Amino acid sequence: MPLYLNDDQQMLHDSAAEFMKGEAPVAHLREFRDKQCKDGFSHALWKQFAEMGFTGILIGEEEGGLGLGHVEAGVVLEEIGRNLTPSPFLTTAVAGVEALNAGGKALRDKYFPGIIAGETVLALAIDEGTKHRPDQISMAATREGNGFKLDGKKQFVVQGGSADMLIVAARTSGSAGDEKGLTLFAVDTNAPGVSRDSARLVDSAVAAHVQFDGVTVDADAVIGEVDDGDTVLRRLLNAGRSGAAAETLGVGAGSMDITVDYIKGRKQFGELIGSFQALQHRISHLYSEMEIARATVLKAQQMLDEGSSKAELMVSVAKAKAGKATALSVKEGVQMHGGVGMTDEYDIGLYMKRDRALQEFMGDVNYHTNLVAEMHGY
Amino acid sequence: MSDLETFRAETAAWLEANCPPEMREPMTGEDDAVWGGRNATFKPGQKEWLNIMAAKGWTVPDWPKEYGGGGLSRAEAKILGQEMARLRCRSPLSSFGIWMLGPALLHFGTEAQKKHFLPPIARGEIRWCQGYSEPGSGSDLASLQTSAVDKGDHFVINGQKIWTSYADKADWIFCLTRTDKNEKHKGISFMLFDMTNEGVTTKPIVLISGQSAFCETFFDDVKVPKEYGEGVSSVVYEVNKGWDVAKYLLGHERSMISGGGSEGATSLGAKFADQVGRDAMGRLDDPMLRAQMAEMDIEVLAFRAMAERFGDTFKAGLCHPAQPNMMKYAGTEINKRRHELIMSAGGSEVLEWESDATNGGMTARSWLRTKANSIEGGTSEVMLNVISKQILRLPGA
Repeated sequence: MPLYLNDDQQMLHDSAAEFMKGEAPVAHLREFRDKQCKDGFSHALWKQFAEMGFTGILIGEEEGGLGLGHVEAGVVLEEIGRNLTPSPFLTTAVAGVEALNAGGKALRDKYFPGIIAGETVLALAIDEGTKHRPDQISMAATREGNGFKLDGKKQFVVQGGSADMLIVAARTSGSAGDEKGLTLFAVDTNAPGVSRDSARLVDSAVAAHVQFDGVTVDADAVIGEVDDGDTVLRRLLNAGRSGAAAETLGVGAGSMDITVDYIKGRKQFGELIGSFQALQHRISHLYSEMEIARATVLKAQQMLDEGSSKAELMVSVAKAKAGKATALSVKEGVQMHGGVGMTDEYDIGLYMKRDRALQEFMGDVNYHTNLVAEMHGY
Repeated sequence: MSDLETFRAETAAWLEANCPPEMREPMTGEDDAVWGGRNATFKPGQKEWLNIMAAKGWTVPDWPKEYGGGGLSRAEAKILGQEMARLRCRSPLSSFGIWMLGPALLHFGTEAQKKHFLPPIARGEIRWCQGYSEPGSGSDLASLQTSAVDKGDHFVINGQKIWTSYADKADWIFCLTRTDKNEKHKGISFMLFDMTNEGVTTKPIVLISGQSAFCETFFDDVKVPKEYGEGVSSVVYEVNKGWDVAKYLLGHERSMISGGGSEGATSLGAKFADQVGRDAMGRLDDPMLRAQMAEMDIEVLAFRAMAERFGDTFKAGLCHPAQPNMMKYAGTEINKRRHELIMSAGGSEVLEWESDATNGGMTARSWLRTKANSIEGGTSEVMLNVISKQILRLPGA
């Protein structure tokens, strides 16, 4: 498969680009930030996502979705990134759906119709510390009667405050550091014992600390197999990480575009600053880094869709490379904007903030660089 | 199975059955490359591999069959490359004829020129060198001064080229000459001639690596015929339009040099961990070096993906025409950093310049050689200028 979008994917790209730019540009983010919206995103927009078919991208056709793949999810996410569109798309329609795809029919029947309709929001309760360490999950799920009792804390649960269901990774055996012994659960957020404490993040998204105090769920809540949660978690993480890489890429590309535009119009010393070689070389280097990042993201998504055994390696490469390139893009962006880059009025700072949040989502550059070393056996 | 899956299976089986075992060992140095030509020298397995691949047209798999190619589609050629890499088959032929002149002839050559020059290139019978750079012209290539004066049925060439890779070993040269002194870009012609012509001399240049792939090349009243037979002109495209050919060809050269970033073992850490040492967890026990190597793994894998994407979009006509400049820039900068790390991983041992243990200082010589990557074929700074002007459309062209 050639490493560029095919005609159908390009059409999806064009409609996603037009939709985000028209319905949810950066001004939309500002609007929801400024009115202190408690969820941080527009439920009406989420409905429109559904009307566009985006919410069902990874859901099979026989279940009412579009039956598409990670490449297509990435196409939408890149435009989300480029416009800083606030939405639960990544947690719900990408990582959440991918986890449920590994689960039983009853769970899919319960949640997919709401997701497809743009009514249901999912969030991922994975991280327990300040850094992403899924191998160190220690939250306990103990057997009780026909089901399980959950006790523990999760944090950085993006959209956790507004979610209808949480996908919770907990330990049914073994201890932190063991690969096996994890189990994933679908937990309704109105279940007794679930308490959520939401906070607005630097990028104006809202994430929750979630406390589970003796939350009981029945066996139907298990996604996949008991003690074999790493299989489902891996699917969820691959989808979430490659998706986050695609969104990050969009942030970097959007940030680069507005910076190029800015230096083409801003004069200093009687010259357009874009004519200065010192800036030209730096932004051309950035262009090169962004192009390479784009290739890694598409490659990772294609490999996931093909079911390649090397997909996981490429997902880490993509998350790390997109993270590095986009971090460069937003830093150069603010610097090249000069003083106005520090003002709230200009958008470049918003790109820097979204990038910082995406860096921490599902593993930063260092985390994935270490994974690459481990996957290479050293 | 789809047609492509069938092709992949058949190709893998054919390579497995036909590639000599010596051609499936990693190369140990630059002299393991096969360059062909009139005075070719071959190590065991090399000639057999070249001949068998050339017979299938697979030295140039995507060229048309009538010019010695394999007539493969883009997708098939990509699969052949992937299967050769998977089975660790060496390239049967290294050739400026394939990488640079061939694509230019396919694009600009007449039918007679293609039929005359391309098949011998595909078979590795003529070794070509490139007469581009001149003393003092540097990256301002179009300032070249070597003159070709029209004498009716032939041209007379005078001047000097520099950095002519392997000129001392080449049979023919593709050479930029000045045919109009009053024009800069529109006074250049692209000519093909034999290096055994009277008046052509070469002199190797010793580099900091102690080796001399490059030469100075001198032309002293060299007579170049206008035709090598019916319709086979020595000038490609038209007189005074050689810059168009040169620019097209530079795109190919830049993509080729950029390939340096993707060759060799993917993971430096996997290669050097045992040599450097491992800790109780099995990790490479120099944590800073481990981190740098993992970063380099990411850069190399990322660049490989970029190279694949570039190849696909280039062939489909979907990439920006200046994109080869970005590939050249990125690939050469990565390759330089990669060789710095290889030296660092090797520690004191690879410093031995003249010893059997280091195969004559091969690692160190390769490291020094890579420093030219971001200078030859246009410097990194020139590449960045081109990106700025032609892709990002920044002001001040």
